Amino acid sequence: MNNVSSGERLKIKRDSSWIADNIVTLIFIAFTVFGFIVSDGVTMNYFLTELSSRFFRNAFLVLSLIIPVVAGLGLNFGIVVGAMAGQIAIAIMRYFSIGGYSGMALTFLIAFPIAAMFGYFTGVLYNKTRGQEMIASLIVGYFANGLYQFLFLFAVGVIIKVPATHPMIKPDGVGIRMTVDLVKVEEGGLKYALDSIMEIPFMWAVLIVAVAILLLQVIRYTKNKNKPSFNGNQRMMTLINSVLSLVLVAISIFAITTDSSLMKVRQVPVLIGVFIISLCVFNELILKTKLGQDFRSVGQSQHIAEVSGINVDKTRIIATMISTVLAAWGQIMYLQNMGTLNTYGAHTQIGMFSVASLLVGGASTQKANIRHAILGTLLFNSMFIMSPEIGLSLFGNALLGEYFRTFMVYGVIGLALGLHVWRSNKKGKATLN
Amino acid sequence: MMVEVKENKSINFKELISKIGLPTLIIGTFWIILLITGGFLGISTMTLLSDTIKRAGMNGILVLAMVPSIQSGTGPNFALPIGIICGLFAVVLSIEFGFTGASWLFVSIALSIVFAVILGYLYGKLLNAVKGSEMTIATYTGFSISAFMCLAWLMIPFTSPKMGWFMGKGLRETVQLDGIGAAQILSDFWKFTIGGEGGLIIPTGMIIMFLLCCAVVWLYFRSKSGIAISAGGINPRFAQASGININRNRIKANILSTVLGAIGIIVYSQGYGYAQLYNAPLMMAFPAVAAILIGGATATRAKVSHVIIGTIIFQGLLTTALPVANQLFAGTDLSEILRMVIQNGIILYALTQVKGGGK
Repeated sequence: MNNVSSGERLKIKRDSSWIADNIVTLIFIAFTVFGFIVSDGVTMNYFLTELSSRFFRNAFLVLSLIIPVVAGLGLNFGIVVGAMAGQIAIAIMRYFSIGGYSGMALTFLIAFPIAAMFGYFTGVLYNKTRGQEMIASLIVGYFANGLYQFLFLFAVGVIIKVPATHPMIKPDGVGIRMTVDLVKVEEGGLKYALDSIMEIPFMWAVLIVAVAILLLQVIRYTKNKNKPSFNGNQRMMTLINSVLSLVLVAISIFAITTDSSLMKVRQVPVLIGVFIISLCVFNELILKTKLGQDFRSVGQSQHIAEVSGINVDKTRIIATMISTVLAAWGQIMYLQNMGTLNTYGAHTQIGMFSVASLLVGGASTQKANIRHAILGTLLFNSMFIMSPEIGLSLFGNALLGEYFRTFMVYGVIGLALGLHVWRSNKKGKATLN
Repeated sequence: MMVEVKENKSINFKELISKIGLPTLIIGTFWIILLITGGFLGISTMTLLSDTIKRAGMNGILVLAMVPSIQSGTGPNFALPIGIICGLFAVVLSIEFGFTGASWLFVSIALSIVFAVILGYLYGKLLNAVKGSEMTIATYTGFSISAFMCLAWLMIPFTSPKMGWFMGKGLRETVQLDGIGAAQILSDFWKFTIGGEGGLIIPTGMIIMFLLCCAVVWLYFRSKSGIAISAGGINPRFAQASGININRNRIKANILSTVLGAIGIIVYSQGYGYAQLYNAPLMMAFPAVAAILIGGATATRAKVSHVIIGTIIFQGLLTTALPVANQLFAGTDLSEILRMVIQNGIILYALTQVKGGGK
């Protein structure tokens, strides 16, 4: 039974054309390459510096979207709610002037119950809006934003009494300022509290990651060598991955030994990198547990999962809670890197951008993994860096690039979702006939 | 005997609530409380009501655009920005061609209908391809087209000095309509005031336009074609079995919805006095969706009466909340927060009532 179904699935995969599967990813690669060709103002150094800092800011948030997809909830635009929880935690820290490295740890700790509670409520909502989770998650972000503003613009000051002289409170004593400085970590704040713990040169990081990927490929090859499921396609992928990482190793060793200009790329925060990698590992490991299997079965068919004794509603709520908590932590990492809390704006775009990143990596509403998240974050942020440059060099107007950027964000989400639904509808019709 | 009467009464009361709808009742009551509070605070009730009527007239047709799409089964038209873009493009074009005053209005509406029919047709095709996820896709289609038009407003070489920046290329963020004698052109038509100075201002022209559109939609959904659309929305399989072409009807309904959106934004712009370009259309679908839901519609059923009730209550609440909240808590932006919570809360509530997907 199992063999048959997996065989069928493989067949379907082969039937659908590879280009149609990866159209969004291909558009983005083409766009970035095109950007490099037309704009002469962008040096490799500038590009890599921007890309690496954007990657370390956003990857955690993008990774937090994977579990809801696996659990069949679709793309959780509701991570905005999690981001709010993170910001509330940061605001509490800032208000009581708690900071430093231990303060950072405390921020994560405080964000946890807040985000878990928010996640619980969003999870309950998703259960009530079954089948329409994605639009519900988008709207719940807007709705929560209203409550968030009520809390920070009105409740702080009118209901919760605060001194007007506090640097984060508006001068009239009601509400929190638009931007709050998080104070450097040496002076007892949270700014760069995670980044500054350990930093290594960019090329060294590339070297380490490339070697790690190479090792992984070798392990995978030796482990699966004799399995029949390890067919030509997968062999090919392993080979390509190995060659790519070998090239990266070569480039980084060359750069390090000759001390080329690539060494001037901004240093990389190791701890954030470790966090991102641990989240990747966590995402993989949880799928091997009982809970992870439940996520999968609920994601495949809620009905069958229910029949086989899984508490579907509870599983979906747990998936949402995990995603929300991770998003809260991701937002804290994002903000300590930014150094200032943009109180009413920092969270609003998070959902949209993270979802777009994941989709650019090749994910769909029903299938998402770490590779999609990492690749997507890199490609999406490349586009983000390049668009104003392209606008400037092609039309002499950077504003045009900004508008184009927004268009790409919305367009990518619309295109990826639309294509997915269209194709699964077509498939459904084909089986009916 | 007495007990029986009491029981009867309570049933009637429940029936009444279910007939009006709980959200309508709660939000309507809230509005009236705010109005009374405003009266006690010394804010002129007449001014508040005049503003309510003005804003309801401005937004009414945009809300009306939800009726065909809901009735056809594609859900509230979250892609309203498509229609809005058609309307705005027509407005900008007719200014570019040099029309002013009443001729501007007629040319804009005529042009906008042409654009809206074409785009509405394509949009309907799209919705038929993505059955089951219409609302999500519609939202992003609306977002995409607004963002795309930001590029267009900046790049299309318009030459009329009434719309361009003083320097550089592209159109202004807001195009003033009094420059072409078109600001409040409909609102001021047969405008009169009840109760002399400071009384209730009735923008007759705009109201007539709104009611005219309502009448057209109301009549249409009593025609054969309209009933077929509704039938397809209620039970697609049954409708298909009785020989109704569902896909064609869904396209028809969404063309109508897009056309109404286009006319709606022209009426809105003249009432406001400005045509807002760039990012303004992006979020305009949500208040319109919220208004019809407040009026008692669901994500699957809507009537013209829902539009009228919902628009008046929602716009009334918004216009009243601003001055009242400012009086009570000076310096806070409470009315904007209220709008966000109510608008998105009601949409979420409607989504929880959708029977879709299933386990």
